[in-house]
Amino acid sequence: MVSPILELTNINKSFGHVHANKNINLTINKGTIHGIIGENGAGKSTLMSIVFGLYQANSGIIKINGKEINLRSPKDSIINGIGMVHQHFMLVENFTVLENIILGFEGELVFGKNLEKAKKDLKNLCDTYKLNIDLNSTISDLSVGFRQRVEILKSLYRGAEILILDEPTGVLTPQEVDELFKILRSLNEEGKTIVLITHKLIEIMDLTSEVSVMRQGEMVGHTKTEDTNKEQLAEMMVGRTVLLRLDKSEVKTGDVIFKVENLSVKDDLDVTRVKNVNLEIRSGEILGLAGVTGNGQTELLEALSGIRKVESGEIYLDGKKVSDRQNFLDPRELKEKGLAHVPEDRQRMGLVTDFKAYENLIFGYHDQQPFSKSSILNHRDIISHSKKIMEEYDVRPQSPNLVTSNFSGGNQQKIILSRELNEKPKVLLVGQPTRGVDIGAIEFIHQRLIDMRDRGAAILLVSVELDEVLSLSDRIVVMFDGKVVGEKENKNVTDRELGLLMAGVI
Amino acid sequence: MEFLSDIASLINSTLRISTPLVFAAMAGIFAERSGVIDFSLEGKMLMAAFVAAVGSYFLGNPWLGLLLAIIACVSLSMLHGFASVTYKGDQVVSCVAINILIIGLTTALAAAWFGQAGLTPTLNEDQRFLEVTLPFADSLRDIPIVGIIYSDILSGHYVFVYLAYLTVPLVFWVVFKTSFGLRLRAVGENPSAVDTAGINVFSMRYKALAINGVLIAFAGAHLSTAVNANFFREMSAGRGYLALAAMIFGKWHPKTALIACLLFGFTDALQIRLQGVELPAIGEIPVQLIQALPYVLTVVLLAGFVGKAIAPNAIGQPYIKER
Repeated sequence: MVSPILELTNINKSFGHVHANKNINLTINKGTIHGIIGENGAGKSTLMSIVFGLYQANSGIIKINGKEINLRSPKDSIINGIGMVHQHFMLVENFTVLENIILGFEGELVFGKNLEKAKKDLKNLCDTYKLNIDLNSTISDLSVGFRQRVEILKSLYRGAEILILDEPTGVLTPQEVDELFKILRSLNEEGKTIVLITHKLIEIMDLTSEVSVMRQGEMVGHTKTEDTNKEQLAEMMVGRTVLLRLDKSEVKTGDVIFKVENLSVKDDLDVTRVKNVNLEIRSGEILGLAGVTGNGQTELLEALSGIRKVESGEIYLDGKKVSDRQNFLDPRELKEKGLAHVPEDRQRMGLVTDFKAYENLIFGYHDQQPFSKSSILNHRDIISHSKKIMEEYDVRPQSPNLVTSNFSGGNQQKIILSRELNEKPKVLLVGQPTRGVDIGAIEFIHQRLIDMRDRGAAILLVSVELDEVLSLSDRIVVMFDGKVVGEKENKNVTDRELGLLMAGVI
Repeated sequence: MEFLSDIASLINSTLRISTPLVFAAMAGIFAERSGVIDFSLEGKMLMAAFVAAVGSYFLGNPWLGLLLAIIACVSLSMLHGFASVTYKGDQVVSCVAINILIIGLTTALAAAWFGQAGLTPTLNEDQRFLEVTLPFADSLRDIPIVGIIYSDILSGHYVFVYLAYLTVPLVFWVVFKTSFGLRLRAVGENPSAVDTAGINVFSMRYKALAINGVLIAFAGAHLSTAVNANFFREMSAGRGYLALAAMIFGKWHPKTALIACLLFGFTDALQIRLQGVELPAIGEIPVQLIQALPYVLTVVLLAGFVGKAIAPNAIGQPYIKER
């Protein structure tokens, strides 16, 4: 006996000129775990934000338990039993768990009786679902996995019958993902309906009983999970056949080109974030740096690329010392020595998003021939160079005069990548190369990085996507709490082993 | 005994001088805890002083003057909210605009209505607040210690002084012990969390700004209808900024902000006291140097002497829901 708990009919939503959801129909059955899969930008999050009342649809009908409802704000959704765990957690960091959960549902003007009742209710919920959360701890002291549990507990406390999770595993270690799935299964056994938004096929196969696929704002398919497979889903997502495996030749490594010795780096708040790190990268090798976000990778990349000051230790390029505490080269000087950097935060550090594409395509090299002569930019050469390089790197649309913010995430990344790779660097530092990038572009970017390696570049790949690190790297190091806690040749190493290192367990 | 009474009168003036700072700092806490920068405490205080003095002069009752000042300040706060919350403008620019507007407006209106640029007529005893003598203050004066504390320090202040120090625990209670306070703090830290909890972010910020307007009106009325008996040009004299500094120095917390206000009040009381006094071995200190004392202290304290003040996380950022 299946009965629909949530029905969407002809939902439309536009942001300016972007039609994010086109005539979406979706039925979610009570007591199921329903996966919604699609590439970044396919409109999954938008659709669920509409269901949660955060955005209002331009048109369409939403029914819960067969009754049509009007969702004007999250409040309406919460009252109707919809809870959502957002990709970026909606928690106040310096509040306690308890304060975060009761926020908006205090039930009294002055804290007193209801607060005590809330504590008791929450303890019961924690016990029922084995959430193991201390209500009095401050959010900023909790790991990402626990913060997510707080979000789940928050939704349950607010009476959620349908729990929507938006890309819940992106920030978790494999072990934390196991824990999360265990919790979700036990919620499901208690009769809750779960909606899982993801772009990871394996999670769909693992957890869900039904799946809907979205592509470019449209719903392109529904099926029972048992009736489909990964390849079929991938094809539906992208609209063509995709290679899920990367072709990679054997490494032919050369000398050590890039070396880091006992490096320590502090962040802006004067906290030591990189602690005594040693790294060596040979030419023709990709060194993958795995780790949960916020374990010092950002500061390490910034120090290596000359953006952040080194606290102690040394950096060598081509056997020559380039940076220590006293003497350091700035990013430009490093660039001249053959070091290129594709920063983690592409919109903040990699691009000036208000600039036109051709400006970003030469930025940092703009003072070199043929782009400029005696400080005057050579517009014609810049444009013809831009056209050539945009074609080579398949940047779409191929219009150098378009403002950069109008390109999709994947194409923005290609702009940066083409700019940096075009100089044929000896050392390439890449941070999160495919974050927020669609599958087609991921394939392309990965292939380019492999080509660079085969041509003899030394590449440091920093990524929180474990799959990416595993499929690209020749050697993998894991960072935890600012330290390198493990190093493995990428042969027969599993994501489980790396996960334990990432969590600081061994 | 002369030393004791010197101390008593120093404390007495510290309490009085700190009063507008306390009101303004508490007003600032409400705005900034909700995520809205309030640089316009200065302008609003000046506006309140003007409206209170004029209102009281025409209506003959200082309480009615205060009421008008509250209305004026809440309106200015709403204007700030309209520009920076609803229309997501730059909060600092909105504040600076208010400050400049009020300096000009008060001067011009005073000139138009009373023929004197930036000066309102002197208020008589009925039109202004008078010092309150606490019961038995005279009869208790001769008891050692208690007499000095009660009769010389606590008694004989304007009503605003007592209200100011009662406001602090009230603000603490509202901010930390009520659901309104929880929402207020949350909206300044992470407005998205508040929105997804089903609370309207904009209405929270407007409510905070309304309270901010009420509190700052007391500071202005204190200046023009209590300690002085008229309004004069730019009479707020940087107190709004000083209160803002005290609030930041107090880390957006009512208790520590109170301490900071008292500290600024004390240095000010001290500089008045030190003017013209011959100090042993140093001689007379130039008056300009002494007058600079509170400001020097501000700079030193804010330059990191008291550790890093961490502002509400979302301060200064308009809330944008849809991308």
